[in-house]
Amino acid sequence: MEKNKTLGRLFTSRVWRSVFRHGLPISNRARAESVFYNFFLHVHPVKVRKRSLKITYTWALGGLTAGLFIILTLTGALLMLYYRPSVSEAYADMKDLQFVVSSGLFLRNMHRWSAHAMVAVAFLHMLRVFYTGSYKPPKEFNWVVGVILLVLTILLSYTGYLLPWDQLAFWGISVGTNMARAVPFGIGDKMSYLLLGGNIVGENALVRFYVLHCFILPIATMVLMGVHFWRVRKDGGV
Amino acid sequence: MSDALHNFWLILSKPDNVPIVLMMILVIFYCWLAFKQARRNDRLGVFEATQADKVQVWPYLVKIEFLVTIIVLIVLTVWAITINAPLEEAANPTLTPNPSKAPWYFLGLQEMLVYFDPWIAGVMLPTFIIVGLILVPYIDPNPKGNGYYTFKERPFAISTFAIGFLILWVLLIILGTFMRGPGWYYFWPWEYWDTHRVVALTNIDLWEKIFGIPSKNVDGSFNLIQVALGGALIIGWLALLPMWIWKKYKEKSSVLKQMGALKFGMTAVLFLMMAGLPIKMFLRLAFNIKYIWVFGVGHDLFFNI
Ligand code: HEM
Repeated sequence: MEKNKTLGRLFTSRVWRSVFRHGLPISNRARAESVFYNFFLHVHPVKVRKRSLKITYTWALGGLTAGLFIILTLTGALLMLYYRPSVSEAYADMKDLQFVVSSGLFLRNMHRWSAHAMVAVAFLHMLRVFYTGSYKPPKEFNWVVGVILLVLTILLSYTGYLLPWDQLAFWGISVGTNMARAVPFGIGDKMSYLLLGGNIVGENALVRFYVLHCFILPIATMVLMGVHFWRVRKDGGV
Repeated sequence: MSDALHNFWLILSKPDNVPIVLMMILVIFYCWLAFKQARRNDRLGVFEATQADKVQVWPYLVKIEFLVTIIVLIVLTVWAITINAPLEEAANPTLTPNPSKAPWYFLGLQEMLVYFDPWIAGVMLPTFIIVGLILVPYIDPNPKGNGYYTFKERPFAISTFAIGFLILWVLLIILGTFMRGPGWYYFWPWEYWDTHRVVALTNIDLWEKIFGIPSKNVDGSFNLIQVALGGALIIGWLALLPMWIWKKYKEKSSVLKQMGALKFGMTAVLFLMMAGLPIKMFLRLAFNIKYIWVFGVGHDLFFNI
């Protein structure tokens, strides 16, 4: 009883009300306000169809993909503190992360497994959207945005694959960029030159992949995710 | 026996392969569930789309999001504690590992390198896959089955996508990961990856195999009969076949009428291209057919299909 009184005073205090403008979510009105006064919940409408809440309908796969992206952003930012994108340092920094940095091994594992999971879950999300015919009018364009997000997800994973600068990374990327090189009329050579900053997977390639991986692709993905979520609402909800 | 099990375990338990095993299970599980729901919906005829009643996001959706977040964090934490991300020897451009593999989600394309020229497998196919995916909502003429699992209302769309996804993506990833060893030779999952294995395989182009017509003349120029035959086969498959179907069925089939020539043409070409991949794989694996059509223009543009 006493405790509730203290809490009650907290929830009605000026400071609390300056952060959360609405009362406790005990009335329908306050529940609605909890959603539209809150920046983070504001991606949601106030009400959603019952169908879209059935776990067996969406399997929460789109939300999972977004959640994994957040985990990747956070762990990625921490990894950036210890990693230098240069041929002479990169591999040693990875070794340091594995053996010297506190929880570095855990951090790296978390980042790598979330990345694999994100690719797999994005594909599963696409499969669910197809199976439930959710790309049909008026949602056609959001499917297109989704396909671009899928490509971005794969590119994010692929550019990150090079960064440890071990044999797996080097040859995995070489196999891929060699395929691109095969485009006729010299276009392939130009494309791979642009991507690698040279003819081989070397110092310039590492820096380019790093910038793509840590800056350009995440920003592009975030923007498109914003569009994707916005369209989910504008197209009438799940 | 124990050797076989050991080899099998070696490859399954490679850290980077764990997500593939996991995904395999998830995909199969998910498809099974989807078809179960589709069957139920198809039988009962009551579709969930009709339930238009709404509930409040807070607490019903926020609660689910919270729970899912916690579950994901637990799963990832356990995974990250129990399995370490791989870190091999430092990169060494002079030491090519055998086999060198791209990351798992590209192994389907890498497998295609066996059957097609690199620019076709590595550039043209992915372009068509992406364009094809983008076109899906614009070429599917069927308004039914929007917002619930069903098979009966859109059998063609569901089967095509499921087969494309399960065979041409998942199965090829499994093949590329677990069964392609040194030299990109085929190994059973329980076989030891012998790096010295040499398989005496001679692949022959289709027309040489059937009629003894070589793809190139002695002077290195293309054999024109072969160019004509191969070209006829490819053009027949991708252009004449759809045109013939269109001619024959456009009056009879309400679906074709509704689609119109353009949508039907795009659907047919994409479908036949997709169907062509397993056919080519079969020809190679069963009859050692190398190419169906060997043709090039100038020094740069080659169609070795
Ligand atoms: C980075 C990748 C992606 C993220 C973060 C994402 C996120 C989401 C979320 C949160 C939803 C809400 C419903 C749900 O959770 O299922 C959604 C719906 C949707 N997604 Fe995605 N998605 C991604 C990729 C894709 C892809 C690859 C496709 C298809 C090619 C796609 C097409 C759609 C469509 C059409 C909807 C509307 C579904 C409906 O109304 O039932 N998305 N997405």
